[in-house]
Order: sequence, then C-alpha cells, then structure tokens
Amino acid sequence: MDPRCALLRKIKQYDFSLKELNLYLDTHPRCQRALAMFAQYKKLREEAVAEYNDKFGPLTPEQNKNLQSWDWVADPWPWERS
Amino acid sequence: MWQYEKKLQYPVNIKNPDPKMAKVIISQLGGPDGELAASLRYLNQRFAMPYGEVKGLLTDIGTEELAHVEMISAILYQLTKGLSIDEIKASGFDTYFVDHTTGIYPVAASGTPFTATYFQSKGDIITDLHENMAAEQKARTTYDNILRLADDPDVRDPIRFLRQREIVHYQRFGEALRSG
Repeated sequence: MDPRCALLRKIKQYDFSLKELNLYLDTHPRCQRALAMFAQYKKLREEAVAEYNDKFGPLTPEQNKNLQSWDWVADPWPWERS
Repeated sequence: MWQYEKKLQYPVNIKNPDPKMAKVIISQLGGPDGELAASLRYLNQRFAMPYGEVKGLLTDIGTEELAHVEMISAILYQLTKGLSIDEIKASGFDTYFVDHTTGIYPVAASGTPFTATYFQSKGDIITDLHENMAAEQKARTTYDNILRLADDPDVRDPIRFLRQREIVHYQRFGEALRSG
C-alpha cells in the first residue's frame, strides 16, 4: 500500500472509532470510560490528519494550506480507484 | 464522508407562527425546484465529472444545499410551532397536519411528496451543468415568488439570503462550463 493510502486508512480507523464512541455517547452522555476513549482517539486522529495535510494535502476545504493553489480540488477524489 | 456542524448557515428567528406561509415555503424543501432536489442533483452528478475543479464545486455546492435544507426546515418548524387547532383549520394547514402533524416532511406546496424525478444525473457533464444553471434560476424564481407572498421581515430575511445563494451557484456553474 502506498504511504498516502496507508495514512488515510489509519485516519479512517480513527474516524470509525470516534463515530462508534460518538453514537454510544449520544445515549450514554456521562460514561467516563467512553469520554476518555473519545479524547484519546480524537488526539490520535488530529495527529494523523495533520501529518496527512502536510504530506498529501487537504481532507476538507479549510485544511488547504497552500497559498499558491487551491489543492482542495486536486485529484484523486474518494470514489476513484487509486 | 460528511461531518455535521451544530449551527445554521444563516440565522432563522421567526417570532410569529404562520402555517399558511409554511404551506408555500415547504416547496423549497420537497418541491420541484427545492433544496433537497438540488443537493441530490449535485452530489449524484459528481461521479460523471472528470475535472477536479468541478468535482470540488459539485461537492461543495451539494453540501451547501444540505445546509439550505436545514434552514428551510428550521423556517417551517418555527412557522408551525405552538399552533392551536383553530389556527390549523383556518389556515388550511389541516391537509398537511392530518398526515404529518407538524413534523417536517418533504412535499411540494401542492402536497405532492418529494420525488427524484425533480432532478437529473445524465452522465453528460455539459447536459448536467446546463440543468444545474436552469435549476438555480428556477429556485431563484421560487424564492422571488415566496418574497411576493411573505410580509414578515423575520421570514423575508433568511429567504433573501437563500435567493442570493441561487445566483452565486448559477454564476459558479456557468464558470464550470467554461473550465472544460
């Protein structure tokens, strides 16, 4: 797997953990263990997204850091084979 | 994938309920030129689009339209909050009320439920972009008609914002047509 796909895969795993914790917390808003896990995965995700952003460009329009070019519109898009 | 933000794109604060107004504004939720059709149109069309700039534009406008679905829904919610049965009967809102109470359900002003026949995804990017420009103008006309019918400044203000967005989207789709 190329480095971009590998890092993206890691972000997707953190995203999924956060999504599961999010849904669980919606119905268990004072569960300390789930709150701690959410904070832990949020930090891991933030680090991975920052690395992705530096190396491969933005995942959201707001993450566009290049002041010379709007890299947000660069190919490939998620539905394309890579 | 998508992430939700817990805010409206533009504020909606309507002090006076008006179910009669809700009955016409609901067309911009589930009607032929409404925001739901707009969002589905652009998000579906993305897959046939070969140009990164326009994949981005369709993604970003399709996403903004979802925020407009939420704004229209907020307008409908506030226009129909705290109504008495007499107000529901007198306003003609009873024909909606019987099926949906005051729940938000996508229908046209005529009562016809939302249908995917309100938009196309033709697999031809020139055709799709022309459809999109026409769709933005049709939605702009609908907002103009709503502004002809609405007196309350609390209603007119967010409707005028939404009308303006149709014009901006029309301009951007016109530019997309030139980028090929």
